[in-house]
Amino acid sequence: MCLAIPAEIIKINENLAEVESMGIKKEVDITLVPDAVKGDYVIVHAGFAIQIIDKKEAKTIKKYWNEYFDGQKY
Amino acid sequence: MNILTDKNIKHIVESLYKSNLSESISIMEVCGTHTMAISKYGLRQIIPETINLISGPGCPVCVTPASDIDTILEITENYDISLFTFGDMLHVPGSRSSLYNKKSEGKDINICYSPLDALNFAKQNPSRKVIFLAIGFETTIPLTSVVIKRAYTEKINNFFIYNVHKLIPEALETLLKDERIKIDAFLCPGHVSAIIGSTHYNLIAEKYKIPCVISGFEPFDILESIDMIIKQIKNNKHEVQIQYNRVVREEGNPFAIKLIYEIFDKTDSIWRGLGNIPDSGLKLKEDFLEFDAKIHFPVKKIRSKEPPGCQCGDVLKGIKKPFECGLFSNICRPDNPIGPCMVSSEGSCAAYYRYEQLKV
Ligand code: SF4
Repeated sequence: MCLAIPAEIIKINENLAEVESMGIKKEVDITLVPDAVKGDYVIVHAGFAIQIIDKKEAKTIKKYWNEYFDGQKY
Repeated sequence: MNILTDKNIKHIVESLYKSNLSESISIMEVCGTHTMAISKYGLRQIIPETINLISGPGCPVCVTPASDIDTILEITENYDISLFTFGDMLHVPGSRSSLYNKKSEGKDINICYSPLDALNFAKQNPSRKVIFLAIGFETTIPLTSVVIKRAYTEKINNFFIYNVHKLIPEALETLLKDERIKIDAFLCPGHVSAIIGSTHYNLIAEKYKIPCVISGFEPFDILESIDMIIKQIKNNKHEVQIQYNRVVREEGNPFAIKLIYEIFDKTDSIWRGLGNIPDSGLKLKEDFLEFDAKIHFPVKKIRSKEPPGCQCGDVLKGIKKPFECGLFSNICRPDNPIGPCMVSSEGSCAAYYRYEQLKV
């Protein structure tokens, strides 16, 4: 239930951001990460970005989640 | 998938074997996503037998007591409301029924992905009374806080929450005080800690001399965290360490924490299996009581009972493994769950059923 996935911020429009995760684009609320800027990777949980991911690490996380979601029902 | 073909994983597993522990140790994880990852990747089977991984109360759906489910069911019976909640909640058995059954009977019960879905529905349907069943630990609580604040600012008066949110650090202490449970270290939850940070665990590590490592969710993360714990134990240390440092900072997400306590105060909360834990729950502050479904939709209390034979209480405390429940797999299965630990995809019984049945 606390499942959360990394996504990259493509575009910001006030408290909403367009993010991309595993090739899928969607809109998330970024109220909880007021410092987030375009290009940041964030952790997304139930429609909200909850934390900004350290930039250096973001790419490696992405690779893992692709494998993790393989065959998952989420 | 054989994860041992990954050289980093192979390396860390070798390091675990080299540790040569003289006696066995128990590490408890308190996050359903960890529980699922440990089972899915068969981590229990690739680490030394002296390291016992036990699952704690890390699944919010599982720790919601039957009494709350029963009250929600009564509300759907007695009031014409639209209820929104996360998918796993629907199948959790109350004493007499479940939300899924009520939905089949025609009640307006909806699965949502985000609390925003519930708020938006309320805005678009001002004549409907909308209740969001707010469940989850610190990862999810800021989300509910945002929607309450928004409903307050925008004066949405047909939106309510039935709040069963719970706080993790308080539960850890309760577990440590129970003499029947042997816990030598905690694998702390990554996304709860993304919000609360690491300082909450300092007191626990210090007072109970327990290493606490905040872990990520990849197999490598979990194994590395276990390795960090073992090194601490070997060196007689009991510190809080952050393995998941790409996401978790010492201070957590201060903005989210501040928002939570703008909306809520701490209060006692009843956990399935663990009972009442002081200060482990939240109640809306006075300014926001207009959103409290418990006040606006009163129902008579019914005597709640746990499913007969179900050992979820002991499973949630790490006293019993799912296999030790007499109903596991023969009667209780994901397609016919008797207790919540089999219902939720992150429940221990469901994780063991799905991935570990053939491995014992
Ligand atoms: S196997 Fe089913 S009945 Fe037994 S403890 Fe788990 S959920 Fe409860």
